[in-house]
Amino acid sequence: MILVVAEHREGKLNRATLETIAAAQSAGSPVKVAVLGSGVDGVAKELAAADVAEVLTIDDAALKEYTADGFVLALEQLIGRENPERVFLPHTYQTRDFAPALAARVKRPLVTDCVAVKGNGYVRPMFQGKMQADVAVEGPHMATFQIGAFRADAMKSGGSAQVKPASVSIDASKIRQKPEAPFKEAKQAVDLSQAERIVSVGRGIKGQEHLQLAQQLAQAMGAELAASRPICDAGWLPMDRQIGSSGQTVAPKLYVALGISGAIQHLVGMKGSRTIVAINKDPEAPIFEIADYGIAGDLFEVVPAMIAELNK
Amino acid sequence: MKIAVCVKQVVTREWQLRVNDQKTWIRDQDASFELNEPDAYALEEALRLKEKHGGEVVVCSAGPARAAQVIREALARGADRAIHVESDALATADANGVAEALAAAIRDEQVDLVLTGLQSDDQGFGQVGVLLAEKLGMPHATIIMEVQKSDSGLRVKRELEGGWFQWVALPLPALLTIQSGINQLRYATLKGIMAAKKKEIRKVAAPASAQTTQRITSIYFPEKGKKTQMLPGSPADAAKELVKRLREEARAL
Repeated sequence: MILVVAEHREGKLNRATLETIAAAQSAGSPVKVAVLGSGVDGVAKELAAADVAEVLTIDDAALKEYTADGFVLALEQLIGRENPERVFLPHTYQTRDFAPALAARVKRPLVTDCVAVKGNGYVRPMFQGKMQADVAVEGPHMATFQIGAFRADAMKSGGSAQVKPASVSIDASKIRQKPEAPFKEAKQAVDLSQAERIVSVGRGIKGQEHLQLAQQLAQAMGAELAASRPICDAGWLPMDRQIGSSGQTVAPKLYVALGISGAIQHLVGMKGSRTIVAINKDPEAPIFEIADYGIAGDLFEVVPAMIAELNK
Repeated sequence: MKIAVCVKQVVTREWQLRVNDQKTWIRDQDASFELNEPDAYALEEALRLKEKHGGEVVVCSAGPARAAQVIREALARGADRAIHVESDALATADANGVAEALAAAIRDEQVDLVLTGLQSDDQGFGQVGVLLAEKLGMPHATIIMEVQKSDSGLRVKRELEGGWFQWVALPLPALLTIQSGINQLRYATLKGIMAAKKKEIRKVAAPASAQTTQRITSIYFPEKGKKTQMLPGSPADAAKELVKRLREEARAL
């Protein structure tokens, strides 16, 4: 049996959960889904529509706010009781926060960021997505799945799974993290999700003084300027122009990636774009995996030529 | 505050990756190496916390003999001393193996705080820090963008997805994984490099428990999922062709 741990916030299911259920269904053994929180009936009912054997709920006031300790305490007991062969989770920030501790607690290997199930093992990226590896793991284990590796709409539904409360008791005094309410930083000045075209820059731009070149290209194309995380970390562009898992998610008509290697954290924020152009010196850069048009070359030579052509 | 900061030596981002004959790892005998960039942010945060609150920064690394390069680098940037868990097997060990090795180095040090980077640029498990917290019996918080010391311990700013953040309080000793970009990195000065030569690097043997529980059976370059049209030729020719295709084929301009 495969146990999938669902993720939700304030009653809203994270779609990555559906992708993880699809991954579990494709692995070919019975699937159960665990939902943790306080007041999770709605989410549990929604999940019961999936083609799964059972939806197990752990409804406890101590789980109202997510904490790593709370989730580890609850899931340690559930895994002990259900004894699933595999535990599947979406590779989200929340999973990354508690799953390794849970794995150590239940003494199981954890294979992270998987993009496919291959026999008894998994396929996962290495070297920032430039390579992939087949990974073998023995015995009961846990695995997390990269966002987008499986499709939520590939999840088989039409089931009428029973929703069953799991009897798990949580000693709230053992939760060491005391969380405050989540918040968003200052209002976003630019809503890149509405842009028709985006020119986005990465490490390959090398220096803040070269942003002008990207700006000129954006102007010639009628595009907004955006960036990958390292550019905003360096303070070259404000944070509200950052595309990726910690920034904005966009799907414009045209996305031009300049000197962006294509780390998964960036790709999840833009791979829904209709036409993707990648210009990068490194022909092995993962950005070329998802590009429609690619130029393996020096952006400092290609971009001025593009600007000249566009302005003709 | 006595702070342990964990660093890993990884191949440089610029190095052209090549697969070994067994297709189980890269040909790292030919590679050049550097400090894992996410760990550099953890080191910088440790140095800043020490400057603010006093104490000591102990850099810990689990890796083969060549990892001494990044240990020296960390000492040159300002760490006080180092512990090197040395074993050739650690070059390709999984997260559990690395966490066991680091736990062996840190367990008897009685530190107040352990900092790690978010993940490594090579295997990218993103789990060593949290595994280590559990093995050391410490509470943890991950993907941290700010660290404040309070009377009862720490108050830290966690990054959530989609632009959300959250403050979390936790008691000491604790472990934090640091988000890249939390601070501006400093680089080693000549004075720092000279001073590093006199700093202690204690070598520790890897414990028997530092075993790998997941094994790479094959490593390869991924097949392209999408039909990418690579436009060849000189920069000018490629740029001209690209603009034409974007106008006529993709109708994106």
